[in-house]
Amino acid sequence: MAQTIADIWWMMLAGAMGITALVLGLVAAAMLRRPAPEDGEGGAALWLWGLGLGFPVVTLAALTVYGLLMGERLLPRNAANLVTVEAEARQWVWSFGYADAPGLVTKDVLHIPAGRPVDVRISSRDVVHSFWVPRLAGKLDAVPGHVNVLRIEAGAPGTYAGQSAEFSGTGYREHTFTVEAHGPAAWSAFLQGAP
Amino acid sequence: MSQTGRHRTALSLHKALARIWAPEPGWRGWLTTSNNNDIGRLFLCVATAFFVIGGLLAMLIRAQLATPGSAFMGPEAYNQVFTMHGTVMMFLFAIPFFEAMSMLLLPGMLGTRDLAFPRLGAYGLWVYIFGGTAVIIAMLMGLAPDGGWFMYPPLTSAGFSPGLGADVWLLGITSIEVSAIATAVEVVVTVLRYRAAGMSLSRMPIFAWYILVVSVMILTAFPPMILGSLLLEVERALDWPFFQVENGGDPLLWQHLFWLFGHPEVYIIFLPAAGMIATILQVMARTTLLGYGWVVAAAVSLAVLSFGLWVHHMFTTGIPHLGLAFFSAASTLVAVPTSVMIFSWIGTLWKGRVRMEPPMLWLVGFYATFVIGGLTGVMLAIVPFNWQVHDTHFVVAHLHYVLIGGYVFPMIAAVYFFQPLLTGRSSFFRLGGVAFWLVVPAFHITFLAVHVAGLLGQRRRTWTYDEGQGWEVLNLVASIASFVMAIGFALVILDIAVNTFAGLRGRRNQWGATTLEWAAANPSPNYGFASIPIVQGRYPLLKDPDLALRIAKGEGYLAETSRNRRETLIVATATGAPSQVVVLPGNSILPFLLAVVTSASFLAPLFKAYWLSAIALLGVVIIALIWVWRLAPAKIEGLVDAGHGAMLPLASETADPPGWWGSLFLLLADGVHFGSLLFGYAFLWTVAPNWPPPSYLRPEVWTVGLALGGATALALGPRLIGRWIDRMVAPGLLVASLGTLALTAAAASVMIARPTPAGHAYDATLWLLAGHTAFHAGITLIMLAYVVLRRIAGHSLRIGEVRIVTLWADFTAATGLVALGAAWLPGALG
Repeated sequence: MAQTIADIWWMMLAGAMGITALVLGLVAAAMLRRPAPEDGEGGAALWLWGLGLGFPVVTLAALTVYGLLMGERLLPRNAANLVTVEAEARQWVWSFGYADAPGLVTKDVLHIPAGRPVDVRISSRDVVHSFWVPRLAGKLDAVPGHVNVLRIEAGAPGTYAGQSAEFSGTGYREHTFTVEAHGPAAWSAFLQGAP
Repeated sequence: MSQTGRHRTALSLHKALARIWAPEPGWRGWLTTSNNNDIGRLFLCVATAFFVIGGLLAMLIRAQLATPGSAFMGPEAYNQVFTMHGTVMMFLFAIPFFEAMSMLLLPGMLGTRDLAFPRLGAYGLWVYIFGGTAVIIAMLMGLAPDGGWFMYPPLTSAGFSPGLGADVWLLGITSIEVSAIATAVEVVVTVLRYRAAGMSLSRMPIFAWYILVVSVMILTAFPPMILGSLLLEVERALDWPFFQVENGGDPLLWQHLFWLFGHPEVYIIFLPAAGMIATILQVMARTTLLGYGWVVAAAVSLAVLSFGLWVHHMFTTGIPHLGLAFFSAASTLVAVPTSVMIFSWIGTLWKGRVRMEPPMLWLVGFYATFVIGGLTGVMLAIVPFNWQVHDTHFVVAHLHYVLIGGYVFPMIAAVYFFQPLLTGRSSFFRLGGVAFWLVVPAFHITFLAVHVAGLLGQRRRTWTYDEGQGWEVLNLVASIASFVMAIGFALVILDIAVNTFAGLRGRRNQWGATTLEWAAANPSPNYGFASIPIVQGRYPLLKDPDLALRIAKGEGYLAETSRNRRETLIVATATGAPSQVVVLPGNSILPFLLAVVTSASFLAPLFKAYWLSAIALLGVVIIALIWVWRLAPAKIEGLVDAGHGAMLPLASETADPPGWWGSLFLLLADGVHFGSLLFGYAFLWTVAPNWPPPSYLRPEVWTVGLALGGATALALGPRLIGRWIDRMVAPGLLVASLGTLALTAAAASVMIARPTPAGHAYDATLWLLAGHTAFHAGITLIMLAYVVLRRIAGHSLRIGEVRIVTLWADFTAATGLVALGAAWLPGALG
């Protein structure tokens, strides 16, 4: 998922640099130019219809469609081996619960199986927070009274850093957590072995 | 000499007008003046002072972030500093600064002598000064808000922010928004009605179009924010649970109301700067704007589109997927009108011959910066990318590119460009060039580094960061460059200050501009034009360089000074044909006093002094009545000689006096406020958890009857007066007054039936709906009482006054019926 977003970024960066160069080049050319008095108002159609209207309509339509298509890939889809976990935020602790192990709660460490899609059901006990594991997915807010569902999937076992991403007061900076992605054996050991 | 001139020379006309338009001498003159030159200058200086304060706060932020683990500030102080930096720059600098520029320049551009409601302008200035000062004093006392400039509850609710800070923000900022709405009403009516003879809409200078669009946007975008602040303040003070989930509220309601304001706000700040760019660019290129009609259409469509974008600030709040697609597309679409403007301006440069004066230099700075800011904005509209960089320093860098590149740089260009007109002097020292080469490169170094830090995951609003994240070098570079930038901005201010007092006396119209403001003397006198210009085209000075001389000699309209009062011309909105003569008010302390009591009523709740607030509100009513009473002439005067053989009615004796137009646009803002309230009600009903409430209010037949009867009487009464102005005044007043009382009684019945607004968000909303109805019925009743008092005092009643009362009565009746209907609807259905 993070790779998809990185692809979008590099594509947009290249486009943006090209457009910036084009616009600034035109500004420079326009400023250096010394038109003859008889030139008159020629070229108005090109500036307004062509560059003003046509150019952004074409590029933006392409970009929006591209962004939406890429966005589709990031959407949760039905998956057979789906795992559901709960993430509840409060100032300034994350508590994680597990559908496969009722009663089990971990603080500031979220355990997930690697290589399987995971739905994180995000909620808040007090103010607005946001759940964000940069290497696994974009962020989604934890809003009191609402449950937002975020699909994440860790490609390989390991530790992934996570943090809250909505300002929540003096402890905001330290409001972080980690995600532990386990292989199949370690995952079932976690579900069973943990108290 | 023309047929109008009683004055034989331009000098004697100048002397007579200067005397009539002079402020009072001494320090008292500053408190009583309402002239746009004086008010605009004060406004500009105060806004610049707030820019300096906001800049100092920015330097504190960069000092803190220069190194990891900095011990300079702790999170408590840092949270106040970044909240105040955003708040000061957005509310106390950016909006007031362009308002000040338009106050100073608009009458000249339009060929009129002052703005439509000079005293309202003075009132807006003082409310802004009092509200802004209160916010800064609170900060110096360590009581600043610390919840971020968008103040998301529940973090800013009483439970999580018990101190005064959030109240300071809500009350202080709301009073400043009141000031902005006052100015917006003034600007809209000025542009639509107060222009040179023959200046049709399509002949208006391009800046007038921009500022008209911006002012309508202020009237439609600020009310949701004012409602949001009202809800949050009432929740904090009285525990009415609008944002508390357990009692039927929803914190997302705040986010919707805030960004309904917050996104248009970005364009409210950008469009005046764009208007300046279009104005300056054509003069710097010695030509006229390419595609005037295109640019006007682009400004209007940008304004419309900007209201469809607010949700893009909430992409991470769990909005449904289809909604995301819609708002993502709308967010990229907004780049199209911007592109039309950008390329129209480049085309203007292309067809002209550019000279590199200081204003042009800053416009180059604008291009180099704003294009990048616009493109990162397009990136942020792409949802998957937004999910990743939302609330990182990437967003911080983006918004600084847009706001500094798109607003501050063009405004500096505007100050250099209009300096000869405002101060009578042109640049002498070349400090400005040095400042430019400090500010612009340092800006790019600072915020390119901040972009990258955001992409590497640095979150905004964290008071420090740990070593080893790869952010150290970036932040240090950003901090050093930001200090260079600050020195550059200080040099800009110094340069302009020095030029103001020691620059060379400039000659008239030193740039060879083609619009009317440059036909005034240098600096522009308080009366603006010795006579109202007659224009035949969009660029009056282009084909007619002697126009300035003829205006000064009194060859336009209203060169007559024998009536010994401040007069200017009102034209037909579309064609610009002279249609009325308006008498503008003279010096008065009333605007200052009204601002004092208004500010007191806003600030007293900070100290829980609700009694003081109530007394101050009573003071507002009394002073407003005295204000209106003194302005209205006692006798009907008939047609007056406007010059050029035109006998025109006085504005106060027409059916659509400026007060009617002003009421119309104020009610537009009021209507949007009411619409926002209905939106909030519907939002809570459909989205908030813990709905429905335990029980609904069931309407009684007699309360519904009261509401219907009251609204009908309210609509009928003023019409009786207007139709038969000689015979039906007393019955009409009686019917209308009974109508306000019946409507108030119906509203009171809602409150009595649901006595606990703190119990559930539903009850709290009912109280607001009923309160809205009763409040407007009260205003209408005060207006009716005013008419009664005028009659008793023997003054003649004018049709314009009746039509103003009709407007307010109709609004009260219509919104009252909708409000009470909405309150009763769920109970009637269930």
